[in-house]
Amino acid sequence: MTYEDPWYDALASGWGGLDGTGRPAVAVPPARGEPDAAGTRARDVYVEVQRSQAFQEVRGRYRRFVVPGTAAFLVWYVGYVVAATTAPGLMARPVAGAVNVAMVAGLGQFLTTFLLTWAYSRHARLRRDRAALDLRWDTQELARGAQGGAL
Amino acid sequence: MTGDHQALALLLFSGFVAVTLGITTWVSRRRRGSAEEFYAGGRLFTPMENGFAIAGDYMSAASFLGISGLIALYGYDGLLYGVGFLVAWLVVLFLVAELVRNCGRFTLADVVAARMSERPVRIAAGTSSVVVSVLYLVAQMVGAGSLVALLLGRTSGAAQVWAVIGVGALMVIYVSLGGMRATTWIQIVKAVLLLGGTVVLTVLVLVRFHGDVDRLLLTAAERSGHGRAFLAPGLKYGGDWTARLDFISLGLALVLGTAGLPHILSRFYTVPTARAARRSVVWSIGLIGSFYLMTIVLGFGAAALVGPQAVRASNAAGNTAVPLLALDVGGGAGSTGGTVLFAVVAAVAFATILAVVAGITLASSASVAHDLYASLRRPRGGAPRGEVAVARWAAVGVGVVAIALGLLARDLNVAFLVGLAFAVAASANLPALLYSLFWRGFTTRGAVWAVYGGLVPAIGLVLLSPVVSGSPDSLFPGVDFQYFPLENPGVVSIPLGFLAGWLGTVTSDEVADEGRYAETEVRSLTGAGAA
Repeated sequence: MTYEDPWYDALASGWGGLDGTGRPAVAVPPARGEPDAAGTRARDVYVEVQRSQAFQEVRGRYRRFVVPGTAAFLVWYVGYVVAATTAPGLMARPVAGAVNVAMVAGLGQFLTTFLLTWAYSRHARLRRDRAALDLRWDTQELARGAQGGAL
Repeated sequence: MTGDHQALALLLFSGFVAVTLGITTWVSRRRRGSAEEFYAGGRLFTPMENGFAIAGDYMSAASFLGISGLIALYGYDGLLYGVGFLVAWLVVLFLVAELVRNCGRFTLADVVAARMSERPVRIAAGTSSVVVSVLYLVAQMVGAGSLVALLLGRTSGAAQVWAVIGVGALMVIYVSLGGMRATTWIQIVKAVLLLGGTVVLTVLVLVRFHGDVDRLLLTAAERSGHGRAFLAPGLKYGGDWTARLDFISLGLALVLGTAGLPHILSRFYTVPTARAARRSVVWSIGLIGSFYLMTIVLGFGAAALVGPQAVRASNAAGNTAVPLLALDVGGGAGSTGGTVLFAVVAAVAFATILAVVAGITLASSASVAHDLYASLRRPRGGAPRGEVAVARWAAVGVGVVAIALGLLARDLNVAFLVGLAFAVAASANLPALLYSLFWRGFTTRGAVWAVYGGLVPAIGLVLLSPVVSGSPDSLFPGVDFQYFPLENPGVVSIPLGFLAGWLGTVTSDEVADEGRYAETEVRSLTGAGAA
């Protein structure tokens, strides 16, 4: 299946949307459900999915990219701001022509932002999207089952 | 500035208003009045449309005129703003956009309240969202007033008052009649206009220097009177250690605040899936990044072609650098090209303010109706149709408050107000949002403390800062209750927000519900059951 299919987005938007009476359509119980039996059973479904191998894998892939990535760009940005305010001498050192260290660092921030954006979106597309989508359908099937098939 | 500029600028701007009012009428004719429609535009925008709309929401007149003006006056130090505004989007892309799209329905509070005992959390998150929105809104209104006065050459108080009232009235019409769908289209139209205008000016500046950026920079440095120092940091923020710490504080607020801005978060609900939310952020990073790169060229171009002296003579804060540059690259004062370009830039700047203001008003009316009203008046919830009616009136109420505050705060510095809104968003909204998405043990008390523990110090420190009292430039120069030296509270209040959330969680008796956290985690990463 390709993710560019228009039905993929269109179908997904229907889940949990409003039905004709303005109430949320019951696909999966709302996040802030009352503590009734069906809600508890549905929540067990989420615990079950959370403990499953497939979900742990998706979460692991997400965190293994996002945690080091966030740490890296925050350190690089804070370092840049601190250097710009506390070490103007270093930043003013010429590199070539009118370009100095500060210019290179500033444009470097732009460049790394674009690169990280590209890397994140590629990683998510290739390593996460498909598994997450499968999990989404499975979870919704399970949740519907837990509600006694009420729709 | 002659009458020709003003007449043409007014004409173009009236054209923009007519087109956007047309969009609003056309959209509201087909409205169904559901909450989904009003807050989220039916959730059927494409990633590209939403990416342009996000860029339109984010690129305010403060960046268009303010950053290039700062560069024209202080050189490199102005560029630091643009970097912070852009890098902030990585926080949004990595940690917030997809997960928020999957977990929430309309507002920030939806995400935080999903795991918690709902009412106190919703009231806290709703309150801080409204505070952030109103601060940001006042900044834009003040900007609108001074912009009109500057560009139309009428510096009288009456012109400013009428500009603020006019902008406020228009935004209330857009939002309460058209909801998210009209607001989104206005953002898209505005983003295209703004980017188009910026591209034309950038190309003209580069053509003037035959594509030689090196010569552009050297000419700017030479004309500034500072020489090479103009191209390095330190001219504006290089004073004593307080000024430097203040800038670090601002830098932190800029990079962490974007992910807590309610009007940005609500944009992710206008697309159908988390994947579409991610792709809209990728679009917006591309657009916003290119825009800030071009403002750098415009800023140094204004320094090289117009000169800091002429810029400062027109407006001490540098806000008129770009219009003056347009006049110059168009062929100079009195020429047809100069007149047309000047008018275009002025009209685009008005359009920018109008669109940004509409986006924020919509987000804050959603917080008032969906979070505050729904929790305070009707704890059991109710028909969405009733809530939408409240939201429409809330837009009117927010508009009136913003007009009143905008008139009161007329003399405050716009960049300071924007920095403050970012600081409050980073201190109050971001900790609660990140903890509830990523921390298994986070509790209701932790969420409430995280919001108020960031909000109260942020506002309190500003009240005790030199902005309010104790210096000749402050709001109340006559009295002195200044105990906090920095203008931007971020460096203190952001850690306090995170600390308060942690403290509230470890001291509460409540044990975090495993099942609810499992639900949040599974929903956030897979999109199961997403609205």
